[in-house]
Amino acid sequence: MKKHKYQFSIFNSQLITFIKKEFKHVFRDKKTLLMLFGMPTAQIILFGFALTNEIKDSKVGVLDFSKDIVSRQIIEKIDESNYFNVAEDLKSIKDVDAAFKQNKIRAAVVFPPGFADELLHGGHSQIQLIADASDPNAATSITNYLSNIITEYQSQQTTVAAAPMQIMAEVHMLYNPELKGAPNFVPGVIALVLMLVCTMMSSVSIVKEKELGTMEILLVSPFKPIYIIISKLMPFLIISLFNLAIILVLSVTLLDLEIKGNIFLLFFASMLFIITSLAIGLLISTTAKTQQNAMMISLMGMMLPTMLLTGFMFPIENMPIVLRGLSNIVPSRWFFIIIKNVMLKGLGIASIWKELLILTAMCVGLLTLSIKKFKIRLQE
Amino acid sequence: MIKVSNIVKTYNKGSVQAVNDISFEVKRGELFGLIGPDGAGKSSIFRILTTLLLADSGTATVNGFDVVNQFQSIRNCIGYMPGRFSLYQDLTIEENLEFFATVFDTTIEENYDLIRDIYVQIEPFKDRRAGKLSGGMKQKLALCCALIHKPEVLFLDEPTTGVDVVSRREFWEMLKKLKQQGLTIVVSTPYMDEASLCDRIALMQGGHILSIDTPQNIIASYQKTLYAVAAPNMYKVLTAMRSYEQTESCFAFGDCLHLTLKGDSTIDDVSKYITALNFTDVQIQEIVPDIEDCFIKLLKEN
Repeated sequence: MKKHKYQFSIFNSQLITFIKKEFKHVFRDKKTLLMLFGMPTAQIILFGFALTNEIKDSKVGVLDFSKDIVSRQIIEKIDESNYFNVAEDLKSIKDVDAAFKQNKIRAAVVFPPGFADELLHGGHSQIQLIADASDPNAATSITNYLSNIITEYQSQQTTVAAAPMQIMAEVHMLYNPELKGAPNFVPGVIALVLMLVCTMMSSVSIVKEKELGTMEILLVSPFKPIYIIISKLMPFLIISLFNLAIILVLSVTLLDLEIKGNIFLLFFASMLFIITSLAIGLLISTTAKTQQNAMMISLMGMMLPTMLLTGFMFPIENMPIVLRGLSNIVPSRWFFIIIKNVMLKGLGIASIWKELLILTAMCVGLLTLSIKKFKIRLQE
Repeated sequence: MIKVSNIVKTYNKGSVQAVNDISFEVKRGELFGLIGPDGAGKSSIFRILTTLLLADSGTATVNGFDVVNQFQSIRNCIGYMPGRFSLYQDLTIEENLEFFATVFDTTIEENYDLIRDIYVQIEPFKDRRAGKLSGGMKQKLALCCALIHKPEVLFLDEPTTGVDVVSRREFWEMLKKLKQQGLTIVVSTPYMDEASLCDRIALMQGGHILSIDTPQNIIASYQKTLYAVAAPNMYKVLTAMRSYEQTESCFAFGDCLHLTLKGDSTIDDVSKYITALNFTDVQIQEIVPDIEDCFIKLLKEN
């Protein structure tokens, strides 16, 4: 009888055949394929264009009872800005109400009669800003922007000599001066996509072998369990890196986002996060009995925490202490900070070493645990 | 070749007894059958012997290797076809075979002579995906995959379940040929009619072995005279015979009843009883028992 010799290396032909087989599974399943490569694109487009909370070309109605030079200049200023378009010239308060109800405008600016007179002779006057607060965040932003435009106009008109004592707060929005939504959610999408591909897809793919009964054959074969694990996880690592590249290219081309930091550092941190996610996927596969089971655990156990506790949807600082504590054990939270710092702020390793260290520790810990838990026999 | 002693296996923390103190041996080159209904413990024994499960107590060796401590050596020299094995549905016949050949560190060419007889039957469809194959073809492919690395022992867990009669017969022909090449084969089946095709069988029920011997010896140990009763109204005859005081056992078997009698009652006593009850067209004849008769008799005795 033939003696089996096993000298494994990275270029081992068995390993390569096994990995090729995994790729065939991925490429022959149209649904998986669509999900793998459609998801990053769809999410970028969705977040980039549909779910944006930035104020851009918002329609504003104007109710001008004064119709003087000052009110006209302010209206012009508002119309000139990128944030607003003066869409409606309203005649009465009733019109304002109607325009809001028909969704023609998101905000209205009301000038009282004799606006310029009062301002020039009385020293002060009032403008009413009305906003649709059914979306409170948008309403706040819109009124802030409108106030800013008015204040700016006012400061241009006031001569230094005539100015009474006033303190101007000058606001600088660092790294994202235009307050675009894209810079914040792109790292979030990266974390989400990598997590989904690595954790859900890999756990489902391993559990599928258990369901089919092929895992029994693989275990009975002389092929060592550790190489089964490597072969099963490798395709998802490669696909994830490819997905990351797609997201970055789309962000740069489609969303005009600039990658400020070191791209290699970005990929290195991503590799760490990918391997961590794969380890979680492997861990799930050791307990899940069916493919649906694995998918549910991945979605509930990983997708939700990633969405909620990573900080890209809701700021972690504002959370109750319990959730804040909980967020510390979510790997994507640390990955999100790293990506944000490297990609948006252009910071180097010196500023993220702490997060990198935490992520590395999680990666090593989870990988060791999941490999240890991977059964070399069947569990019953 | 295989030695099992006092194996006990329970599931769910001991609440389900799957294998209850079982011992048997399989000789080199033997075609050994584990025969029994679902839940008899056949698959558990297979998984213990293929090192996939650990027994609660007892020891077992395959090819001289201990199933617990030397599992890696066993994994190098056995072929296994699990009961629910369905291969990779999205890979073609050839890809499946090639994959398993590679995993077992060999090539299709290297051991082609071993699988040739089986593989030529499915080779015309080698580019078809396994998910689109018929049950019989899937089973042939699975056997090829289990054989491709030239194992010394072949474990086949219910290979013929869910396969049509013709394919089943073909499959046993293939096993016979493999046996001639010196392979030791352990096969399980719930079909009693397949038992006689094995060299030796273990009849199993509820985690116990009822009897273990050659099929011929098991049949020979059926000391009672067995009668087949055929009648137009089977159900009424069955109830009548069951209430007959001289009946030892009577059960429906295919299209007739199988009957054994107590003591030294004869076929004539039965005829008298039946005629007295105004049954007509009842035919009774002595027959040779088969494995299923033996199995039912053994069940009663236990």
